[in-house]
Amino acid sequence: MITTHRVWVYGDDVNTDLIFPGKYTYTLRDPAAIAAHALEDLDPTFAANAHPGDAIIAGRSWGMGSSREQAVTALKTLGVRLIVAESFGGLYFRNCINQGIYAAVVPGLYKRVTTGDVIEYDADSATITAAGETFALPSLPDQVRAILEAGGLLALLKRR
Amino acid sequence: MTGFTFVEKVPARAAGVESARAGEVLIVRPDLVFSHDNTAAIAKIFAEIGVARVFDPDRIAVTLDHAAPAPTTAHAQNHIEIRAFVREQGISHFFEIGRGICHQVISEEALILPGEVIFGSDSHTTHFGWMGAFGMGVGRTEMAALWATGSLWIRVPETLRVLLHGRLRRGVTAKDIALRLCADLTVSGGAYRAVEFAGNGMESLPLDDRPVLPNMMAEFGAMSAYMPPDQVVFDALEGRRTRPYTPIYPDADARYDQTHTIDLDALEPLIALPGSPDTVVPLSRIAGTPIQQGFIGTCTGGRYDDLAAAAAVVRGQTLRARLIVIPASRDVLARAAASGVLGDLIAAGAAIGTPGCGACMGNHMGVPAVGEASIISGSRNFHGRMGTPDAPIYLANAAVVAAAAVAGAIVPVESIEAVRS
Ligand code: SF4
Repeated sequence: MITTHRVWVYGDDVNTDLIFPGKYTYTLRDPAAIAAHALEDLDPTFAANAHPGDAIIAGRSWGMGSSREQAVTALKTLGVRLIVAESFGGLYFRNCINQGIYAAVVPGLYKRVTTGDVIEYDADSATITAAGETFALPSLPDQVRAILEAGGLLALLKRR
Repeated sequence: MTGFTFVEKVPARAAGVESARAGEVLIVRPDLVFSHDNTAAIAKIFAEIGVARVFDPDRIAVTLDHAAPAPTTAHAQNHIEIRAFVREQGISHFFEIGRGICHQVISEEALILPGEVIFGSDSHTTHFGWMGAFGMGVGRTEMAALWATGSLWIRVPETLRVLLHGRLRRGVTAKDIALRLCADLTVSGGAYRAVEFAGNGMESLPLDDRPVLPNMMAEFGAMSAYMPPDQVVFDALEGRRTRPYTPIYPDADARYDQTHTIDLDALEPLIALPGSPDTVVPLSRIAGTPIQQGFIGTCTGGRYDDLAAAAAVVRGQTLRARLIVIPASRDVLARAAASGVLGDLIAAGAAIGTPGCGACMGNHMGVPAVGEASIISGSRNFHGRMGTPDAPIYLANAAVVAAAAVAGAIVPVESIEAVRS
């Protein structure tokens, strides 16, 4: 199945404090309230303009820093389904998988796109097409694929 | 057959197999899991899973440390929910406000031991590498899953080996080693990987300095970090531990992804500039930069040696900038009180806070105003970390932080000592 996604493009080293500020972590629990602060110190236009199905394309170390899962919840609640970066903070990557967001390392993609572009994601062939070029997505271990397919770790556990 | 790295051995054993190669996925059963002020949020996810009881209340620890004592009613509500959950589930290892920061407290209590596996819902869980344990930070959903099942998937990472050669000069600490490493290989230098420290330089690191390296590997993007435990570590655990343990060491012929060497003799005090722990310069390069607030504390830089180093600098001085000192634990505070270090800090005008995370993440106890510059002994200087993106944060070792508080500007520690003599 091929889906299309409008992209938001960000650079290197966007840490979890920029994705979701630490000062809100113990007081905001409602996903909508969390989402309202998504990326507020980096791109104040994001939270109001993100649409379901949007993708984030970033440089190196997207989501480095704290383990805070709200930095994923905030984006998921706004409808982000796909995050592609040159590299990820390890915890952020795990948090994405566990919340059912497809996170993938695809070197070179972020230099080819600008915010507002539309990319094509082909789940069957595991590729992304952007600006006329096709990029292969890395393969996933079965356990990880099972979590993504269930819609996240929580969904998988509930089902069991 | 080539040998195994530390992370190819220890998580594998916790998964019921002898060893595993980098890239394999394991279902690991940790010896201990812990959470902190995020426990109430995790409890909510746990309730959704629909399992009534946690997998083992004796293998769960909870500390109240991140916003403790509670700065607002909302934070207090969060704490009360956590206490109720701890009671209801009969969780054995619960630490109230004021006991200290999760990583420090669990280390002091010897709740985890060399060769064991610990997962925490906190990114600095890499900390436990100081004693040769496998520590990894997890997200909230993962912690809820751990409470429910006692197990979690991990992908065995590749290992970066960091060789430390020589001996640190006076006034240079493990903090400077960690900043050097971030500067050399950037904050994504450790991404997806584990870090193993080795080399003769490690032996000369005092006990309080050791956790700084694995702790700050969180800034370096690493999944976990390891230091080979020696007698200094075994002695620290003796008298507190309640079970035997077997230290685990990597094989001499283990395969490493990369080896990076740091010459300790050549290191000088370093400063990370506001924004990222890998934008690092020698102190001399930015000497004279005005500072409004110094903060000594956190799981990175709030141990006894940090307080003692700061006290040695401020003794008999008056401060031109505010100095906030928040011990990493009650044990640290008690020791500083007994030795006179605390008295020296108070006499110089330092403001002392309740042991815990304090000002580290902008919750309370030292939030800067817009435009105010802070220098801290902690590990995070991201924009907005301490409450507002418009307050620059510099990272340095504790003595350098104290010297900046005395001078009201970033200065070499020797310049303070010179004034005194
Ligand atoms: S002291 Fe700071 S870095 Fe350490 S656990 Fe607390 S908030 Fe995190």
